[in-house]
Amino acid sequence: MNQPALNRMPSDAEVVATPAVIEVRDLITHYGTRKILHGINLDIRQGEIMVIMGGSGSGKSTLLNALLGLLRPTSGAVRILSQDLNAISDVERTKLRQKMGVAFQGGALFSSMNVLENIMLPLREHTRLDRSTMQIMARMKMQVVNLAGFERLMPAELSGGMIKRAALARAIVMDPRILFCDEPSAGLDPVVSSAIDDLILSLRDAMGMSIVVVTHELESAFKIADRICVLDKGHILTIGTVDEVRNSKNERIQNLLNRRTEAEILDPDEYLKRLTAAGA
Amino acid sequence: MRERVGDHMERMGRSAVAGIAEFGLGAVLFAQSIYWIIIGHRRAQPVRLDAAIARCMEVGIHAVPIITLMSLTIGIMLAIQGIYSLRVFGAEEQVVLGIGMSVVREFGPLITGILVAGRTGSSLAARIGTMRISQEIDALSVMGINPVRYIVAPALISMVVMVPVLTFWSSIVMLTGAGWYIGIDLGMSAAAYIDRLTEIVKIGDVWHGLGKSVLFGILITLVGVINGTLVSGGAEGVGKMTTRSVVISICAIIVTDMIFAFIATRS
Ligand SMILES: Nc1ncnc2c1ncn2[C@@H]1O[C@H](COP(=O)(O)OP(=O)(O)OP(=O)(O)O)[C@@H](O)[C@H]1O
Ligand SMILES: [Mg+2]
Repeated sequence: MNQPALNRMPSDAEVVATPAVIEVRDLITHYGTRKILHGINLDIRQGEIMVIMGGSGSGKSTLLNALLGLLRPTSGAVRILSQDLNAISDVERTKLRQKMGVAFQGGALFSSMNVLENIMLPLREHTRLDRSTMQIMARMKMQVVNLAGFERLMPAELSGGMIKRAALARAIVMDPRILFCDEPSAGLDPVVSSAIDDLILSLRDAMGMSIVVVTHELESAFKIADRICVLDKGHILTIGTVDEVRNSKNERIQNLLNRRTEAEILDPDEYLKRLTAAGA
Repeated sequence: MRERVGDHMERMGRSAVAGIAEFGLGAVLFAQSIYWIIIGHRRAQPVRLDAAIARCMEVGIHAVPIITLMSLTIGIMLAIQGIYSLRVFGAEEQVVLGIGMSVVREFGPLITGILVAGRTGSSLAARIGTMRISQEIDALSVMGINPVRYIVAPALISMVVMVPVLTFWSSIVMLTGAGWYIGIDLGMSAAAYIDRLTEIVKIGDVWHGLGKSVLFGILITLVGVINGTLVSGGAEGVGKMTTRSVVISICAIIVTDMIFAFIATRS
């Protein structure tokens, strides 16, 4: 690794010096006629772990899909490694996607293949390695995520935590520059979830990956994030370090941190007042 | 009242537009599949032959028992019915004429098409629908693996290969079943039956049936894939679109068959 190792809280000078691997500019997306993202601007830098947080329905998955090029934005740009995801040709996009790894929320493992075949699939489709080499590489990644010995199991035979780890292994099998994780620790027991957090941290440290994590688990977010981006109703409330977000005076952020959003949504009058107050 | 008519018109208009959109989607999927089959190698992203062969097993070999059973039954049924109606004119001996033509040109392709639509078309829709919901399709895309190349093209190849093969088999079984009953009822010998058949059924009729079955195979695949991609909302959505895919592909097969019959008997 020839890029400088980032410590947990990079100094300002370092931050400016690190190039952005993902640049999002004025991103607006719609589902039908409903505007979901209202002009998102976001930079994700080389070697950092960016956590995208926000309440349910705030647009986290939508943003992630736009970053992955699965959802075409109405306007605005997403540049990944300096290439505009929606302007490049199919061939270039295919090449670019080999530098991106994605661990989906539900794992998205192919149910007709066993774990090893799942993890080998990107290698099989994009490299000319022979089968035994591919198997060795896949097994190495399985070791990384602590799944060694489960090669022959089918996805249906895995537990929730194993599915997430297998999905992670598949996401990193091509040694991507950027890793995306959707809710990597949601719905897991605290021990397993903490193990996955450690895994994500070690991936960044050992392989220098830039990592984007979507989560609503506060504890996990505070543990792994270099910076946190807080989404609310399709707007970015704030982007900052863990401490900046934790100490923010913004009421909506504090509500989110204290899990008060749900109560708020249940009370329509209060909710309306907040809305108009925020607009003023 | 006028409002309600307006509503109704609007709904009809909207479903017509949706129908046309689905038709267009089918054309695009077909064109893309052909593109990947031809160009895939040059882009180092070939359509996997092993996947296509695996699909062929699934589409073809596993369908043989049910198609054999149905074809045998229908062959016998055709013979019974044919002899019964021709007896009115005292022309039972002509039963081979009617059966030979209609089996090879119509019943073989049609029965095979309907059975494959029920078996394979539905499972294709269900498979793709499930893959969509579990984000497996998204996973393919972000891995740089084109889903059309990876899923649709092998399915299309397997159907284009196997539906004609099954149709051929189905026609042979049907004719065998019919011949067996004719032999019993009219005392016609097997040799005489085959003689009559080869006299009546021309090679062009066989090609007509097989050509049509290729078209059915393409239709079933595209309808299955489209309904799979339109799945939304969980397991219930998968069930709904699976059913829809069977209904639509059987309708498409029958309408295409009618158009084919009309054109073919004209020229
Ligand atoms: N396929 C879709 N079609 C229409 N609207 C959608 C679709 N997907 C999401 N939306 C809408 O977009 C908004 C943002 O949804 P999104 O899934 O991005 O939220 P989220 O932040 O990921 O929430 P969660 O934490 O619950 O996953 C929601 O209001 C949702 O209703
Ligand atoms: Mg989400």
